[in-house]
Amino acid sequence: MMRDKSYAAVMGRKNEIMKKAVGIDYSVFESGGISFDYERMMADAGYTLEEIQRIQAEVHVGNTPLIELKNLTALARKLAPEGKGARIFIKDEACNPSGSFKARRAATAVYHAKKNGYKGVIAATSGNYGAAVASQAAMQGLKCIVVQECYDSKMTGQPEILEKQRACEALGAEVVQLSVGPELFYTFLCLLEETGYFNASLYTPFGISGVETLGYELIAQFREKTGKDPDKVIVTHAGGGNVTGTARGIIKANAKNTEVIGASVDLSGLHMASDTDFNRKSFTTGHTGFGIPFATWPDRADVPRNAARPLRYMDRYVLVKQGEVFYITESLAVLEGLERGPAGNTSLTAAFALAQEMDETETIVVQETEYTGAGKHPLPQLSFARANNIEIKFGDPDEEIPGKNIILPRHPSMIKARDFDLNKARTSYIKNCVNACNATKINQEDLRFLIEDTKSNEDFVSQVLKELNIEVLRKTGGKT
Amino acid sequence: MNAKKGDWVQIHQIVLEPSGRAPTVPEDTKKVPLELWVKGYALHDSKIGENVEIRTITGRKASGELTAVNPSYKHSFGDFVPELLQIGKQVKGILYGDEYDER
Repeated sequence: MMRDKSYAAVMGRKNEIMKKAVGIDYSVFESGGISFDYERMMADAGYTLEEIQRIQAEVHVGNTPLIELKNLTALARKLAPEGKGARIFIKDEACNPSGSFKARRAATAVYHAKKNGYKGVIAATSGNYGAAVASQAAMQGLKCIVVQECYDSKMTGQPEILEKQRACEALGAEVVQLSVGPELFYTFLCLLEETGYFNASLYTPFGISGVETLGYELIAQFREKTGKDPDKVIVTHAGGGNVTGTARGIIKANAKNTEVIGASVDLSGLHMASDTDFNRKSFTTGHTGFGIPFATWPDRADVPRNAARPLRYMDRYVLVKQGEVFYITESLAVLEGLERGPAGNTSLTAAFALAQEMDETETIVVQETEYTGAGKHPLPQLSFARANNIEIKFGDPDEEIPGKNIILPRHPSMIKARDFDLNKARTSYIKNCVNACNATKINQEDLRFLIEDTKSNEDFVSQVLKELNIEVLRKTGGKT
Repeated sequence: MNAKKGDWVQIHQIVLEPSGRAPTVPEDTKKVPLELWVKGYALHDSKIGENVEIRTITGRKASGELTAVNPSYKHSFGDFVPELLQIGKQVKGILYGDEYDER
């Protein structure tokens, strides 16, 4: 019998399709309320760090170099007060087979798909993850479909996404391209149902545990170079997997005093599902349009429980401007001889500013770079912006308005890491949890979960719940 | 342009008409359809704008309006942006003491 392929019917079969396509029964980790057993999900459905190291080594993923950026550090010290200017290091993840850290996520997802007898993998992504899955599928002999949001209604494509289409196709994948809109998910479900392929979601335990090796490796390499743990590790934050996986790896390496900082490009004011705003942004990832929604409601992802939970791991969250990232990308090329993609340099831009607040004896590690090339480089991204009537000029980056202008800092001393109030994000997250369950009362288990999932404390969570008029039941076992 | 059976082509589909778009999408997006493009081998002769059936690289069958034969990649390094040169000069000036520090 032909199945009903209408939008409503396919969306109605979402859970059934996903269960087949991911192979995880998420219900066993659920409590029935707000909480779920995150660590059990990561342990039961994922792989151990040793297993992942072995899987990734087989497919030439990981063990990327850790480089000290001596010239950028020297520049930061020229701008910093006397005695300030931490040493800046970078993990050159562009050296992975597909040119970004996403190879780590793809390696484990594709391995898992193959092990479980799937003939192919599908990923919904406009980012580096597409090429990563395509590359791993090629290496491990599976078929691959990448679904990407690429064009506006005039069929004008973002140069960065067009390059990712080319990369995916070059690696043997089929690329299904869509115009702007969240209904991409409907096409994605149709393809999963039609092909029976594995959903190589960015947000499964396999994908996230694949990034743990990055954090673990980084600490080991850093200790070998300096004999110490880094004071800060800074991670470009979009969907949350980079932060989550890296931080989990750092914890597994037992680096207890390393602060984990998330960084995103500030694209506030641009609507991510807007046809007209689509080509008015000059970053397609690493920005607040993903960073904030995925921090405040991770379970919006394409799986029932997202393994990427950034608020659980972030100690601090900072924002930088588009113009600042282009400035630092150019500086990395001419001062360090490393030509890398702009989006991957988001955290480097923040690190350049943060280093100036830190002592010379301290250290900060930027945990990624990404490949660069046609479409995915300051030249095409800035000239595309210019063609879309975005003004590009030198000035004060604080005056940048996403979608209207890109302000290249008049002087590198104007580059800033602007703190985003994490308590604001934590409050929204708690509110979203309560609303998703229609809860009026929560139990002790839920309370503990909320504390852990927001990396906060009982006083903070209790206060937020009080403001939401949610009663916390004293004894464990009370249901919502 | 015509496509012969076996040519590598790109097709276009309307996935959702404007009236069928999700209630959550912004107003500007609601005014336009959700469109899809995919490439594959033409399974029969066709003309641009006509419906054609294709087999994609993974072996799926799909059909839609023929939009291109041997579709090429048009993205590039774009127009030159001279401001980038200025950034290079500035940071080298600050670091190596040339005359370019404009603070």
